[in-house]
Amino acid sequence: MLESLLFLIMGLITIACALCVVFQKNPIYSAIFLIQTMVSLAVLYVLLHAQFIAAIQVMVYAGAIMVLFIFVIMLLNLSKADEGEARDNLFFQKPSAIILGFILVVMIGAVTLKTVLQGTKGEYTPEIISQIGNTQLVGKMLFTKYVFPFEIASILLFVAIIGAIILAKKRIVEDEKV
Amino acid sequence: MIPLTWYLILSGVLFSIGAVGVLIRRNAIVIFMCIELMLNSVNLAFITFSRQLNSMDGQIFVFFIMTVAAAEAAVGLAIIIAIYRNKATVNVDDINLMKW
Repeated sequence: MLESLLFLIMGLITIACALCVVFQKNPIYSAIFLIQTMVSLAVLYVLLHAQFIAAIQVMVYAGAIMVLFIFVIMLLNLSKADEGEARDNLFFQKPSAIILGFILVVMIGAVTLKTVLQGTKGEYTPEIISQIGNTQLVGKMLFTKYVFPFEIASILLFVAIIGAIILAKKRIVEDEKV
Repeated sequence: MIPLTWYLILSGVLFSIGAVGVLIRRNAIVIFMCIELMLNSVNLAFITFSRQLNSMDGQIFVFFIMTVAAAEAAVGLAIIIAIYRNKATVNVDDINLMKW
């Protein structure tokens, strides 16, 4: 009962904040509503017995990634409402996008309600997870079955660091020429 | 116990909101945030399936999606900064040339 109530409250907050992300004029408000969306999603992860992922969601997504977003918005001084949004190059784009979005919701809902989830059940029931510990199980999987993707992920992050530095740094050679 | 279908429907609604956001906004950073919203909705679907099937693999996938999202955010924001330095705008209508 309490679980359903929490799901309803958090689901409504998530959807309301997601709508605010899309329809706020000011990018900084969008970013802050996105943080709230991620935090309420973390609560839903706890309801689904994924405590480790919930903690990572708050730390990595709501912490690191969104700080990066807000940092860039403030660095580029975009916090004033963008005048370009008012200029409509394609007048039919907004209404048709919203109609298509509604169609997408209806289709996903219909498919989800019609389909019966089936498949071979694994061994990790919530009782076993709470007995051993969610973090320990994630760590065990990560370093046994998924050790190769884990290493590739580290290389991916390394490449992303180098790419970000090269893309965002000032071109010193051009500056000297000018 | 809530039926897990509700979580999937919530995930679908979030994904649609993100897709609509990508279509109707003009600010590159807001479009980027809508992409993050879509990634998050997929994460919710993965965790729901992992709970339904009593398996940990879904949670590991979410872990990797978060890694990719972090890499994507770093590179994407660097690209936006580079564009802003060249064009002094992040409006996607004004960014239509690969090279000038």
